[in-house]
Amino acid sequence: MLTNDQLRETMIASAGEDESINLDDEFATRPFTELGFDSLALLETCANLKRSYGIEVPDELLWEFSTPEELVRWVNGTES
Amino acid sequence: MSPTGCAVTGIDVIAPTGLTLDEYWGRTCRGESGIRVIDDFDGRYHNALAGVIPDFVAQKHLPGRLITQTDRVTQLALVAADRALIDSGVDLDQRDPYDCAVVTSNATGGFEFSHREMQRLWTQGRESVSVYQCFAWFYAVNTGQISIRHRLRGPGSVLVAEQAGGLDALGHARRNIRRGRCSMVVAGGMESSFDPWGWVSHQASGNLTPARDPVEGYLPFSPAANGYVPGEGGAMLILEADDAVEPGRGYGHIVGYASGFNPRNDPAYTRPLRRVIEAALAEAELSATDVDVVFADAAGTRADDAGEALALAETFGPYGIPVAAPKSGTGRLMAGAGAVDIVCALLALRDNVIPPAVHVQSTDLPIDLVCETARKTPLNTALVLARGAGGFVSALVLRK
Repeated sequence: MLTNDQLRETMIASAGEDESINLDDEFATRPFTELGFDSLALLETCANLKRSYGIEVPDELLWEFSTPEELVRWVNGTES
Repeated sequence: MSPTGCAVTGIDVIAPTGLTLDEYWGRTCRGESGIRVIDDFDGRYHNALAGVIPDFVAQKHLPGRLITQTDRVTQLALVAADRALIDSGVDLDQRDPYDCAVVTSNATGGFEFSHREMQRLWTQGRESVSVYQCFAWFYAVNTGQISIRHRLRGPGSVLVAEQAGGLDALGHARRNIRRGRCSMVVAGGMESSFDPWGWVSHQASGNLTPARDPVEGYLPFSPAANGYVPGEGGAMLILEADDAVEPGRGYGHIVGYASGFNPRNDPAYTRPLRRVIEAALAEAELSATDVDVVFADAAGTRADDAGEALALAETFGPYGIPVAAPKSGTGRLMAGAGAVDIVCALLALRDNVIPPAVHVQSTDLPIDLVCETARKTPLNTALVLARGAGGFVSALVLRK
């Protein structure tokens, strides 16, 4: 299981704490690009998910998630 | 019609002798040194003297996300570029991004960042390596990061020529402007590689001083010269086409530049350096008698110092021109050196003062080296020289 909060923490740790990144309560439904997450920041996020939670997201799948919520849904296997 | 001239309208320095331009210039004029022993290296390595920037805290200047993805050298370059842009008064919102470029030099890349990631690779496995390693190590990353941060999308470049690269970056930036490829360039050089891996790479030059006392360290042109001290830091400058700059604005003009190569990589073979000086002066349409001061490469090893002094004596006559070696206070900054020397020369022209060589009491070579205290004298034209390991030779001419 991956929660939104865990993903948020991982995203912040991956991109660097920054006043320009605002991962507020609504962050999960906003597109990664809008959150300031480019492809490298996403790759780093996935590497950190594996390190912290043992969650493995294949690189080729990564680009199919446009929002944090989609990523969490996939990880938790609840995508219909 | 002569090609467009090129003015320097903004400058900034981060050096062992100063975190700000004013601090650097004040300490340089007073002949103060930023060279000290790196404690961690003292007991471990044959060489331990370095020009270290003591109090740089990237978090005070840059957003967290840039810090995560950059090495110290890029952080220094970003901060210097930010401040040089502010100094120039250029309003980037009023500029076409494709008319503004970045040209930088760096010789060693992001060593400290790479060292840490290599350690992770071999201790925690490949998946622990930061994805940002893909560019953080790279000597071209400073141009890229400055370009992204300020949306400068003109003809960007990176030049690598060891200690000569800083002059080459400014020379190439000027070339861009003269050819009409852009009207503004952020140009300069930055270096920082004092993690242990970086340090042993400096040692590999074989020319570092073994001295432990800064007073005995880097003594260019002195009979006691026994090698050089590497330093970290550099400078960023804003270059603009003369026709876009109202008279009186800015620090001066780059009026000549040339680069060459010493194919024998032998300092006693002075012809390449002499010819590069002549070519830079010819491009500036000046003669040797028009030059008021030379900022020397000042290698700090006997053979290189003798070669440079001989080339200067051949060009300007023995003791024929004041020679400045202010980098004796910072150590040799590799790609940062040429850019810092240009800034130093521009401030010298502004204030009509030649800063002294640091800790050098006198020279036995046939040059008029400015030692011990700064020299007040009217200055209009300065020649800046640089030589890079392997045979690189560059010269750049500045006028008020």
